Amino acid sequence: MLKFLSDVVAAASIPADWIGIRAVKDRSRTCAIRDAHPERNTQHLDHGAMVEVLAHGQFGYSATNNLTQASLAAAMETAYAQAVAASDWSVHRFTTAARPKATGQYVSPHRKGLDALPPGELNQILLQVCDQLKVSDKIAQTTASARSHDIETWFVSSNGSEIYQRDYLIETHFGTIAQDGPTTQLRTDHGYLAQSYQGGWELFPGLDLWQRVQQVGEQAVELLHADNCPDLTATLVLAPDQMMLQIHESIGHPLELDRILGDERNYAGGSFIKLEDFGSLEYGSQLMNVTFDPTVVGELGSYGFDDVGTPATREYLIREGKLERGLGGLESQQRSQVPGVANSRASSWNRPAIDRMANINLEPGDLTFEQMIANIEHGIYMETNRSWSIDDQRHKFQFGCEYGKLIENGRLTRTLKNPNYRSVTPQFWHSLSQVGNASTWDVYGTPFCGKGEPNQLIRVGHGAPVCAFETIEMFGGAV
Amino acid sequence: MAISDELRVAEQVFAQIADAVASVLDMSAHFTLTLSGEDSQFTRFNRARVRQTGTVSDGTLTLTLMQNERTTSAAVPFVGEFETDWPLLKTALVELQTVVPQLPIDPFLVLPEGSATSRTVNRGELLAADAIAATLLPPVQGLDFTGIYAAGLIFRGYADSAGQRHWFESTSYSLDFSLFDAQNRAVKGTFAGSQWQPSRFVDKITQAKHQLTLMARPAKTIERGQYRTYLAPAAVAELLHMFSWGGVGEADLQQGNSAFGLLRQGQSLSAQFTLQENFERANMPRFNSYGEVAPLQLPVIQQGRLVNSLVSSRSAKEYKVPSNYASRGEYLRAPEIMPGSLTADQILPQLDRGLYLSNLHYLNWSDHPNGRVTGMTRYACFWVENGEVTAPIENLRFDESLYHCFGDGLVNLTNFQDTIADIDTYDRRGLGGSCEPGVLVDDFTYTL
Repeated sequence: MLKFLSDVVAAASIPADWIGIRAVKDRSRTCAIRDAHPERNTQHLDHGAMVEVLAHGQFGYSATNNLTQASLAAAMETAYAQAVAASDWSVHRFTTAARPKATGQYVSPHRKGLDALPPGELNQILLQVCDQLKVSDKIAQTTASARSHDIETWFVSSNGSEIYQRDYLIETHFGTIAQDGPTTQLRTDHGYLAQSYQGGWELFPGLDLWQRVQQVGEQAVELLHADNCPDLTATLVLAPDQMMLQIHESIGHPLELDRILGDERNYAGGSFIKLEDFGSLEYGSQLMNVTFDPTVVGELGSYGFDDVGTPATREYLIREGKLERGLGGLESQQRSQVPGVANSRASSWNRPAIDRMANINLEPGDLTFEQMIANIEHGIYMETNRSWSIDDQRHKFQFGCEYGKLIENGRLTRTLKNPNYRSVTPQFWHSLSQVGNASTWDVYGTPFCGKGEPNQLIRVGHGAPVCAFETIEMFGGAV
Repeated sequence: MAISDELRVAEQVFAQIADAVASVLDMSAHFTLTLSGEDSQFTRFNRARVRQTGTVSDGTLTLTLMQNERTTSAAVPFVGEFETDWPLLKTALVELQTVVPQLPIDPFLVLPEGSATSRTVNRGELLAADAIAATLLPPVQGLDFTGIYAAGLIFRGYADSAGQRHWFESTSYSLDFSLFDAQNRAVKGTFAGSQWQPSRFVDKITQAKHQLTLMARPAKTIERGQYRTYLAPAAVAELLHMFSWGGVGEADLQQGNSAFGLLRQGQSLSAQFTLQENFERANMPRFNSYGEVAPLQLPVIQQGRLVNSLVSSRSAKEYKVPSNYASRGEYLRAPEIMPGSLTADQILPQLDRGLYLSNLHYLNWSDHPNGRVTGMTRYACFWVENGEVTAPIENLRFDESLYHCFGDGLVNLTNFQDTIADIDTYDRRGLGGSCEPGVLVDDFTYTL
């Protein structure tokens, strides 16, 4: 494929400054079971190519799922015409420095292939998950699902780039709704499809699967009769499966340079961060160390190169609370003159690359979970995101969780249902008072990070330890 | 070849492929075949300049095989050439035939039946690709204009082993934009249609510029609390989206995953609140993924009472209730909230003292079983005192139950409605939209 695409580029007759083709082939399977009956068994082959051209300082693109030489040549002509027609109105006059030559390859580490678990066997496992979730007649709904993706990407360019990448992905989920009269409670395996990783079927079923299933079912029923989360302002302790959402919404998105440059203001929103804040702003407490790291083995947002060919490297975004670097690829770096990362990414062949997260991780501290709880006189511990909402500057947020525990005098005591909290981003991160050590650290992922015009959903990973925050406003539901 | 000619070819190829599938399957097998595709232009703007511009040609065929009470499906690319598309689908079909015996029995399998056919072609006239920047940007020079122009052809096809056939195509555009002032306050404008009309564009920009001048006044900080609130149609549309997310679908109601379980248990909303599905004006197919054609109108909530949930034929089998040919996901496809009696010139006097909200942002359930929603105010939102706009507001977080907003808190609805086009472009360009009035509510709750 690399040779075919390179030949297509070499044969181009347009007077462009740069031409690139990114072809993608995504083979996926999905199996979903609900209440021990099959809901969905699908397979999907998607392929196509994004042809991108730089002319007169403006990029133009044309994406097609017809991978013949003639179709790609026509797409080059279209992309060139798009660039020329817009070049008098460019937001920035880009140069080929935004697309330096790169060669190499990346393959997700995996021990088993994606054919290692036949659809019939996968259905049986998920049926069993649903069966085992039904721990009581109060269980109103059980769901279990799994998706696999084998995504190959080929990137070539007129200045000699040749990159091949292959992602193997496994994304799994199970959960249940318990009901007693008008009261319902949701409990899931760390959030919808939060168990999303790179790798093969060695990831599922894992050794602790049945224990997790049992716990999710029992906790759903436990929540039905738990106390409602009280209204109080106290210490909030978040598990890694909620830290994932907290990092994503209140660190990842506000640091995206394209938001700060204004590209996203009409859709996802802007940011409370300004370009001049990089290198000087105290983003949060000194316990806060946040990295952009697409090199973590198995984390969902790992890769060798971003979608314009920039080699992926680990970089500190925030070190000891201080903002160092933005989430911006080469185009945003040219425009902003702010240090960025290799994060020009596209959801597939049919969307252009924009600034995205990859893996954004909060580095561990030095306390065990027990030590952290022992330090807290009064507070609430929360697990698993259930609700999320934040303003278009990534400032005021309100998040809800599935499962809470009251902390009293250094001990976890009663279970709480409907735990929610709200705060303002800078104030929240400055209130970070304890960071758990590596024993409390966990990694999750999500395939549903939405952004961009046209809209794109992309996969990201977030690793974090348990963290504690002081003086946070918390509250419950109506019943 | 002109695009309309390409589409005729695509329609013929789709029919040819459906015939080919039928010819290779034996009598014990059933199938549905759907097609979704587009030829789209996307031009993205920032600061009244072009940020990104390009085209996307995409199409997907999805074949669902049903045999011996089991089912599985496969999706493959569609380019509109039988010699390219059929071999890919045929390979997928062979795989499906291998997989389907391995699967558990699906007791709620919906086999294709009936003889429905339809063909809808909505033609339009769009800006030429090389005229987009040169047409849209000169009138907004000097303004901080940002947003996206999306346009082109969207097509959908359906065929099945019972012989049902549907075709839908639509040529359309949408321009979704914001204007910002130096203080980063913004107003929103969205318009969509099938015929580009320069005068409509100029009117929209003029209207947005006027709103932006109102935003220039010093902003008022609002303390958290409850305020009488006017929600303009675009804001109501955001709340209406929540009715399709764990809302009025029969499966969600049955499985304890609905915000409207309380309505089914006998509670009601305001008698002024009526919600229906109305395909009469909707620019979207009436057929669903089973080939069934939805009724032209279906009342869902009538005078505050839940009179129909959305029931797919799959849920109909599972819960033994009649199907109303909802989509498989049982979401609202052509929702309309019926108007009230509040005239445009009475909105501010009737609001008197409180908040005028043009748009809402990033809604999510904060207490799903009780219908409570949180989200943010966004764009042109104002404080109103003595029936007059006095100041823009800093963005506020609200947290309020739909049972209050459309129930005991509902004062009135406007006597006019706006059509809010679905301009989502996740995976593909959206179709259709919703139709709603503005809503005046007492004691709407703000929390941050």
